[in-house]
Amino acid sequence: MKAFRSVTAPAAVLDRPNVDTDQIVPKQFLKRIERTGYGEFLFHDWRKDPGFELNRPEFAGAKILLTGPNFGCGSSREHAAWALEEYGFEVVVAPSFGDIFHSNAIQTGLVPVTLPGEELKPLMAAAADGSELTVDLEAETITDPEGGVVRFTMEPFDRHCLLHGLDAIARALQHEAEIAAFEARSASPVETTALGR
Amino acid sequence: MAKTLFDRIWGSHVVHEEPGEPTLLYVDLHLIHEVTSAQAFEGLRLAGRPVRRPDLSLATMDHNVPTEAGPIRDPLARAQLDALRSNCSEFGVPLYATGSGHEGIVHVIGPELGLTQPGMTVVCGDSHTSTHGALGTLAFGIGTTEVEHVLATQTLPRLRPQTMRILYRGELPFGVTPKDLILGTIGRIGVDGGVGHVIEYAGDVIRGFSMEGRMTICNMSIEAGARAGMIAPDDKTFAYLEGRPAAPRGAEWERALERWRALRTDEDAVFDREVEIDVSELEPQVTWGTNPAMVAPIGGVVPDPGDYDDPDARAAVERALAYMDLEPGTAIRDLRLDRVFIGSCTNARIEDLRTAAGVVAGKRVHQDVRAMVVPGSATVKRQAEEEGLDRIFEDAGFEWRLAGCSMCLGMNPDILGPGERCASTSNRNFEGRQGRGGRTHLASPAMAAAAAIEGQFVDVRDWEAVPA
Repeated sequence: MKAFRSVTAPAAVLDRPNVDTDQIVPKQFLKRIERTGYGEFLFHDWRKDPGFELNRPEFAGAKILLTGPNFGCGSSREHAAWALEEYGFEVVVAPSFGDIFHSNAIQTGLVPVTLPGEELKPLMAAAADGSELTVDLEAETITDPEGGVVRFTMEPFDRHCLLHGLDAIARALQHEAEIAAFEARSASPVETTALGR
Repeated sequence: MAKTLFDRIWGSHVVHEEPGEPTLLYVDLHLIHEVTSAQAFEGLRLAGRPVRRPDLSLATMDHNVPTEAGPIRDPLARAQLDALRSNCSEFGVPLYATGSGHEGIVHVIGPELGLTQPGMTVVCGDSHTSTHGALGTLAFGIGTTEVEHVLATQTLPRLRPQTMRILYRGELPFGVTPKDLILGTIGRIGVDGGVGHVIEYAGDVIRGFSMEGRMTICNMSIEAGARAGMIAPDDKTFAYLEGRPAAPRGAEWERALERWRALRTDEDAVFDREVEIDVSELEPQVTWGTNPAMVAPIGGVVPDPGDYDDPDARAAVERALAYMDLEPGTAIRDLRLDRVFIGSCTNARIEDLRTAAGVVAGKRVHQDVRAMVVPGSATVKRQAEEEGLDRIFEDAGFEWRLAGCSMCLGMNPDILGPGERCASTSNRNFEGRQGRGGRTHLASPAMAAAAAIEGQFVDVRDWEAVPA
């Protein structure tokens, strides 16, 4: 996973609450076994509507998505985070996120920034004409086109992982001895391999 | 210090913790299916890592399997199922494949095999993993990168979630089911009401529900935004588990019972958030919109966007009504249906099918309606057939299908056509969820079954014999 520090780019505004992962990537695209190739399916059904927000020419080249509360609610499909990233988004800013989507975004290297609605709405207005915003994860700031600065905070560990592009599995395996010790003291309640075929 | 059920399970699974970092938690059971696992196995292959504990892993095929006998025509679905088969074989993970006789929706087979046991941590690359919390487990859905993490390490790093208790008070009225209770709860707290929390459902109403009913409740925790929901185990839980294939036996069973009886929330334990809900006025629920919180009682009407003060909420209701092609003020009872789907990890266990069969026995599906029943697992299907439920459904004009996720999410050929309106016992009424342009109304098995007969929603309590 690549490290992220900051981005300056147009921000697409999708001011809707509860955007679910079925909208972000409809299920017909979940049958692929590859990790890549989902960007073209992002918001597949909604993009058929010429009036859909992401179809606006001013949002071409957007790398930041400004959206409503509970973004990414619903299914656990990580394909949602993959599709957003492949489409070109590096940051999603919302008042809140679906829990599983939020974890998936961190794992994918897509930066989920939580910002209260009253601070987000002015940014949406400022970005509506395609003006650039700057999201700086190191400083935990968003800078609007007029130079105004909004501060956000991220869970320190999540921020650390995103800033350094850390591989969680390698980190966990550093605790191999503790995992083995846990296994030695806690007998497994079940054994799937002992079930009849 | 007084502890919650969550505290007890969390505390007994800590592998490593240090300040400022997520806790490394041990995973007792990892369930796997075809849609969210292929990229995880590929990740292992690229890194040269084995599956650490195949004996704590179980895979099945559910999301995109056809529910009609015969070959899989969709080449992508077939390739994904083939990939699961070869990945399981390569990494030594046990697989209950289609045709094994044990396959089914991953959240139906875990409990029915007795694999899901009180006090365990259970994960799966599927958001409805919350279902397993009904047996007193900490169970939650994960993404594909986390699936790979569990395969490689049998652990997951987790920030400690907040805790929330929903305490139900009052007596549940006649004919009101667990599905109505959870839909009513989501309507009350909202689709983001549980974000960041693990919910414990409590109260005499919950104690009174069967294990199947409790699974319906916990299943839909994620529709309230909570990654996990749980219910403290009790004698019903133990009776449900006893004798199941993976359940402990003999002296081990007695020791397990002793451990399981300690899995409860202390009386003076503190939750981060407490919600009390009085159920004594609850009616059967039907969703009218495009998320599960957009719900009304059967005696209610489709709301008017003008009644919402918040402009964002008003816009969302307007969008939902446009998508659903509904006029404000329309009585829920007047919604005419094209399709009825009885199935999914929410409501396709044996008790759900018995209830639905009880409603339709001796009646005929309305001429304008195409109705289908998709059992939650091959085992449920077999049991239903032994009880003659398949005959009841087929005599009434329902299609009786093979087990799978089916039209809950429409990854297989079972989908709604554009504009079709469906009463569904599943869990999500999102736009296009059951097929592009399809319109989903979530309801209980009894309500969906009655709607199939009438061709429109009806208060099943008005019918002569409502099964308990």
